[in-house]
Amino acid sequence: MAIDTERVQTIEEIEPFEAAEEINGGDVVLIDTREPHEYQEAHLEGGKLVPPGLLADEIGTAAPDKSARTIVYCRSGNRSATAAAQMQQLGYENVASMTGGIVQWQEQGLPVVAAHGMTPEQRERYSRHTLLPEVGVDGQVKLLNAKVLLLGAGGLGAPAALYLAAAGVGTLGLVDDDVVDASNLQRQVIHNTERIGMPKTTSARIFIEGLNPDVNVVEHNGRLDASNILKVIEDYDIVVDGADNFPTRYLLNDASVRLRKPVVSASILGFDGQISTFVPYEGPCYRCLYPTPPPAELAPSCSANGVLGVMAGTMGTLQANEVIKLVLGKGEPLVGRLLLYEALGTRFTELKVRRDPECPICGENAEEIPESEMGKFPDYDAFCAGAGGDRQSAATP
Amino acid sequence: MATVRIPPVLRPKTDGQAEVEAEGGNVGEVLRSLTGEHPGTEEQLFGEDGELNRYVNVYLNDEDVRVLQGLETAVKDGDTVVILPAMAGGAAA
Repeated sequence: MAIDTERVQTIEEIEPFEAAEEINGGDVVLIDTREPHEYQEAHLEGGKLVPPGLLADEIGTAAPDKSARTIVYCRSGNRSATAAAQMQQLGYENVASMTGGIVQWQEQGLPVVAAHGMTPEQRERYSRHTLLPEVGVDGQVKLLNAKVLLLGAGGLGAPAALYLAAAGVGTLGLVDDDVVDASNLQRQVIHNTERIGMPKTTSARIFIEGLNPDVNVVEHNGRLDASNILKVIEDYDIVVDGADNFPTRYLLNDASVRLRKPVVSASILGFDGQISTFVPYEGPCYRCLYPTPPPAELAPSCSANGVLGVMAGTMGTLQANEVIKLVLGKGEPLVGRLLLYEALGTRFTELKVRRDPECPICGENAEEIPESEMGKFPDYDAFCAGAGGDRQSAATP
Repeated sequence: MATVRIPPVLRPKTDGQAEVEAEGGNVGEVLRSLTGEHPGTEEQLFGEDGELNRYVNVYLNDEDVRVLQGLETAVKDGDTVVILPAMAGGAAA
């Protein structure tokens, strides 16, 4: 764009450090007159993008008050000078162009942000992520924008939450109605001795806030049931299933399929763990894998049977890994695959899981559930009890 | 001979063994060979109608036999039959 030097001489020009002082003082409208890709890469915090070609159309929206102090910048000071002159023509009374543009601004050690607003602290914190080609800045931003719900802040939820928080998942919801007790500390490493007696969701939140202030923790202190599950999971992108009973797993499955939320599901007992990832309609659902729950004698609880503490860490971090892959859209999640881990032999086995065409929830002939029926679930406890005879207790002994 | 992998919850019925060798030309025969040698496993595997219980998944190598030929699925020497009940861990896992 040709520079009308006569016109340019009549506009006010200020140095980057002067602009910085004014901006910090507040009450400045800051206009970035470059192209979108330049803006995405880096811009001044608070800068509003108005590309040169769109100035006449968009400046009114970006800077509605023509008497307000307005500073315009570009890459090196040329486009902004032209823009400032144009704005004066349009009636802007108090506009200045920043000489040297963002280039000189950065040379003078002044801070910039990228479009998504990753701060310098975040760039430092996540540098080991952004170095990886499969993650990069874009991927880290996806993680920061992701919302993940953890069903259970116990054995599986604890390590999963830890590593998702470390990874910068921006919102972590925690569902648990339990309080921390000493027997948890053998494996639920997000809690500690001082917090025995505290609600698990609160204890987890305290740890996470200390680890990573970027993470917003939402506590859901209670149990999920048919009356609240749809409302709770709706706000999240992905669910991590660390439930401690079958009725909740089936309930979660049906709700997540209805709302098309992927679920990363794992379970542990003794020295054994299982994990799979259920993406509704792309792969099987929990019911495709386990159409019927087992009777109580085939499904003991950890409190009755015991569990090697570190099993929780192994499977919980595998869950976190799955979530991260889903958020990034990279790698191969365990869709259609059931991974078995046996800790005594340190052996992994992979089994194939197929969508069941007859599945009552996600099969071809599954009835389309009308809105009015959504949220109405069959009596899960009876379903699970009926399957095996003995009632599968959902309560914590 | 096929190898049958026994889930932990069934191992008390197989004298603690995690793997049992069994003969049979198909999955049904292999499992019957197992229940013959370890009668305590019968109740968990088979219903009164002689069919596999729905809550037990059985895999031939890595495929669920329900997508193959069920109990008629042919078994070769060296194959592995995996018995897998669901786990929910639990009571604050």
